[in-house]
Amino acid sequence: LVCLCLHPGAGQDVGRSCILVSIAGKNVMLDCGMHMGYNDDRRFPDFSYITQNGRLTDFLDCVIISHFHLDHCGALPYFSEMVGYDGPIYMTHPTKAICPILLEDYRKITVDKKGETNFFTSQMIKDCMKKVVAVHLHQTVQVDEELEIKAYYAGHVLGAAMFQIKVGCESVVYTGDYNMTPDRHLGAAWIDKCRPDLLISESTYATTIRDSKRCRERDFLKKVHETVERGGKVLIPVFALGRAQELCILLETFWERMNLKAPIYFSTGLTEKANHYYKLFITWTNQKIRKTFVQRNMFEFKHIKAFDRAFADNPGPMVVFATPGMLHAGQSLQIFRKWAGNEKNMVIMPGYCVQGTVGHKILSGQRKLEMEGRQILEVKMQVEYMSFSAHADAKGIMQLIRQAEPRNVLLVHGEAKKMEFLKQKIEQEFHVNCYMPANGETTTIFTNPSIPVDISLGLLKRETAIGLLPDAKKPKLMHGTLIMKDNSFRLVSPEQALKELGLAEHQLRFTCRVHIQDPRKEHETVLRVYNHLKGVLKDYSVQHLPDGSITVESILIQATAHSEDQGTKVLLVSWTYQDEELGSYLTSLLKKGLPQSTA
Amino acid sequence: FFQYCLSGHPTLPCNVLKFKSTTIMLDCGLDMTSTLNFLPMPLVQSPRLSKLPGWVLKDGSTFLDKELKECSGHVFVDSVPEFCLPETELLDLSTVDVILISNYHCMMALPYITEYTGFTGTVYATEPTVQIGRLLMEELVNSIERVPKAQSASMWKNKEVQRLLPAPLKDAVEVSMWRKCYTMPEVNAALSKIQLVGYSQKIELFGAVQVTPLSSGYALGSSNWIIQSHYEKVSYVSGSSLLTTHPQPMDQASLKNSDVLILTGLTQIPTANPDGMVGEFCSNLAMTVRNGGNVLVPCYPSGVIYDLLECLYQYIDSAGLSNVPFYFISPVANSSLEFSQIFAEWLCHNKQTKVYLPEPPFPHAELIQTNKLKHYPSIHGDFSNDFKQPCVVFTGHPSLRFGDVVHFMELWGKSSLNTVIFTEPDFSYLDALAPYQPLAMKCVYCPIDTRLNFIQVSKLLKEVQPLHVVCPEQYTQPPPTQSHRTDLMIDCQPPPMSYRRAEVLTLPYKRRYEKIEIMPEVSN
Repeated sequence: LVCLCLHPGAGQDVGRSCILVSIAGKNVMLDCGMHMGYNDDRRFPDFSYITQNGRLTDFLDCVIISHFHLDHCGALPYFSEMVGYDGPIYMTHPTKAICPILLEDYRKITVDKKGETNFFTSQMIKDCMKKVVAVHLHQTVQVDEELEIKAYYAGHVLGAAMFQIKVGCESVVYTGDYNMTPDRHLGAAWIDKCRPDLLISESTYATTIRDSKRCRERDFLKKVHETVERGGKVLIPVFALGRAQELCILLETFWERMNLKAPIYFSTGLTEKANHYYKLFITWTNQKIRKTFVQRNMFEFKHIKAFDRAFADNPGPMVVFATPGMLHAGQSLQIFRKWAGNEKNMVIMPGYCVQGTVGHKILSGQRKLEMEGRQILEVKMQVEYMSFSAHADAKGIMQLIRQAEPRNVLLVHGEAKKMEFLKQKIEQEFHVNCYMPANGETTTIFTNPSIPVDISLGLLKRETAIGLLPDAKKPKLMHGTLIMKDNSFRLVSPEQALKELGLAEHQLRFTCRVHIQDPRKEHETVLRVYNHLKGVLKDYSVQHLPDGSITVESILIQATAHSEDQGTKVLLVSWTYQDEELGSYLTSLLKKGLPQSTA
Repeated sequence: FFQYCLSGHPTLPCNVLKFKSTTIMLDCGLDMTSTLNFLPMPLVQSPRLSKLPGWVLKDGSTFLDKELKECSGHVFVDSVPEFCLPETELLDLSTVDVILISNYHCMMALPYITEYTGFTGTVYATEPTVQIGRLLMEELVNSIERVPKAQSASMWKNKEVQRLLPAPLKDAVEVSMWRKCYTMPEVNAALSKIQLVGYSQKIELFGAVQVTPLSSGYALGSSNWIIQSHYEKVSYVSGSSLLTTHPQPMDQASLKNSDVLILTGLTQIPTANPDGMVGEFCSNLAMTVRNGGNVLVPCYPSGVIYDLLECLYQYIDSAGLSNVPFYFISPVANSSLEFSQIFAEWLCHNKQTKVYLPEPPFPHAELIQTNKLKHYPSIHGDFSNDFKQPCVVFTGHPSLRFGDVVHFMELWGKSSLNTVIFTEPDFSYLDALAPYQPLAMKCVYCPIDTRLNFIQVSKLLKEVQPLHVVCPEQYTQPPPTQSHRTDLMIDCQPPPMSYRRAEVLTLPYKRRYEKIEIMPEVSN
């Protein structure tokens, strides 16, 4: 039985991810994201939903972080240090390496630049990271004796992973954000046919079936090229790690091929550091980069240089990658304000923007923005949106479902209308239930797990030896006694069970009367029955005993004449409970009557 | 349950386990000590080696003088060097379902198994094991193929003839199993059959058996394996280390509750303390260089060399060696140095922490950046222009029979100023040096073998308490040269079951239960 509760943020609103799963008595929190669109309490999930009284550490068995984007891990120090959680937090090595840097970066923008208080400190980020346990891909991590988790490659950003959570026979797969098509620096998400009871999938691009990546890239390069040619400046707001590297590789090769001279800059001190991470964690990138890294490291750029704030006012064309990606704060927003008034310039949004951010506003067509201090900023520069975020599109989501073969699907991290469409498609194609709960809504899914038991080897051998040849393709009924003791289930032979439990054996015997029309003498009837059974039951030992009775294995058959009707003989069939199968088969066989004597 | 023992070499094992109707090969090590019987292959024409007299039998017959040469009072085979393969006749190797590899040294026979026996199964290994294993194979193939030798000697292998030869050729075992080196296409084909696995990953084989690699602490990506069904557990321990060097520490806890523990790959030099040896290595190196001599370190292109470079990194400034060039010469030198930096997840905690900063985990990155360490694919090309003496050269192969090391032995052997320091424990250094005698050069033996010693083994066995221990026969008696050292053998209760090459063991199991599942309908 899987019960699932969603936190405000995720589920039908691409904002922040934080999902609570209860599976077979274990509680696991998936991701701990923050909402980029808010500057108040609403930016963090409301953890009082998890438990009103009592400590989170007592209630949660573990926390899993899928990747380093802040909408998936931004609330982690708040959660662990300010609300209070001391249990294990799991993430992959690259996530563990990069996550604290982004958190610190975000903290600086919020506290040092905007002067907000009541926010986590640098020390809290450090203390929080001490609780993190790094996991390998495909490693089975035993959280406790019953709960195990396993990471799969997700291909969304460096170190992004999908997680399988398993307790006994029940399991859930949480995808985090994932991408099913390999790109210039990452590979495609992959999962084995693990048949989870529930697949929790993101659905950011639920309805988009994106045109070929090649077209998108060509389009992007064309726009950048044209702007630069006419002397304009191009601003590309990105997050320091992720799409940034993908687009840098793209521009680097283009600049090289076209022999362009306009400068490309990458803002913030993170750049070099970021590229170092990519070099050191190169095993997490795609096959091609991994194969050639000894000869040529794709993350050593020739044309892309570090940005200085003063460069923004330089005359002439340039391309600048600046953080953060949704234009909600920091350097990208500063540059945007400087360049927005000139129609020669262009801003290219390469990813999704959360509601409330400047990015979201300009993408939805707003051209007059109210900035801090009631100042109005008129946007004259060209605004382009190009989806380069590495999320799975509808085709990709369907592909993942095909790979994993879940029994139920739950969609999160998407917009309601689009999710509805995808939900129908999934239900039609895979005939599984598909859920799309709203924020704060609890979804309960009933599972039907098999019960694992230990069978004694003697019993197993005896039971498989009985009867016709074993056929691997057909189910076989086995008999045994189930002993339930100290949370363990054992299937043993009745004799062993009696011995172990010190019980006396009682025998249960069935006797059945079968009437047969046969005017002959009793012993002749018996002989006919004997010949008939011997003919039909070739693999059984059928015996005619001197006292006039017949035995088939341990089943006894006796014939007497009917007290009132001499033409009817009564066959008494008697068997023990253990021979129920053969006994009832014999009875029904005899009820059909005897074949006409051929003798 | 049976174990077929295909290799007699305790640190280069090759065993096949029949377990619950699956056939599992554990490692396929290649015994390269056979190459010591061959003449070195010089990269540059060597007047000394090309003018050796042919060997003449006592009765004066000369029919072997093309195949066998006399050199420094020993007789060597003048032919392409050959390696001793694991047993291929003991069972039909095409029936092997899977091969489990524990570390890159124990996979060198893989192409012989996967490409010549009709093998159709899957090989499992960790990513560093495969990547570094590929480098070792590449270096091996390269160093043998770049010195084409027309002759391939086979007459001496005839049993009747071999009887007449002087030792050690007379006593060489299984010479009929000796084979020439494989080729790069065969290496690539073999490696393409490998499926990558991570530590603690549970891999289901046909729904009957589950295998899991565990960190063994010996090398990058090195693993021990758990082979289990619901009620039987076999632990395969091969090449493990409890010392803190660069790899992730050994996972001991998961070895508990084994019915059978197969123990291979212990230290080959149980009397040497690796830390002490490293110290001796550094001081000998410094002394030689200070006196104006050169230092030659015959080594593999990966493994202990990373630790040596790290020690030297800390040592050179204090020892006043900052101006001495260090050369690392191997066709895979660059790849090996680069690869070592990208396996953060397989490294010890300290190195992992460095990657999080993000800094390269090994300090040889800095040695390269500051030009203190230079690497070259071979002695030809750039190296000959940059070469300055006195210097320190790391190069292969440790057998001194092929690779760039042969050139330096010929070049530096005549001067007593120079030193050759042996750090790899796989070859007897005296046998390795035999064809170069008499030598004026100093020889220092500092074998660094970080694998388990007998004290650690007995502690480990007490800790994990397996019901039965299975090991090569060499571990059940003191070493032949130190027969009084009864502490240099495995001591456990019940005594270990031992095996030798070409033997089949029946492994003891007592199984009483099996796992089944009851349908939920029945339980209602």
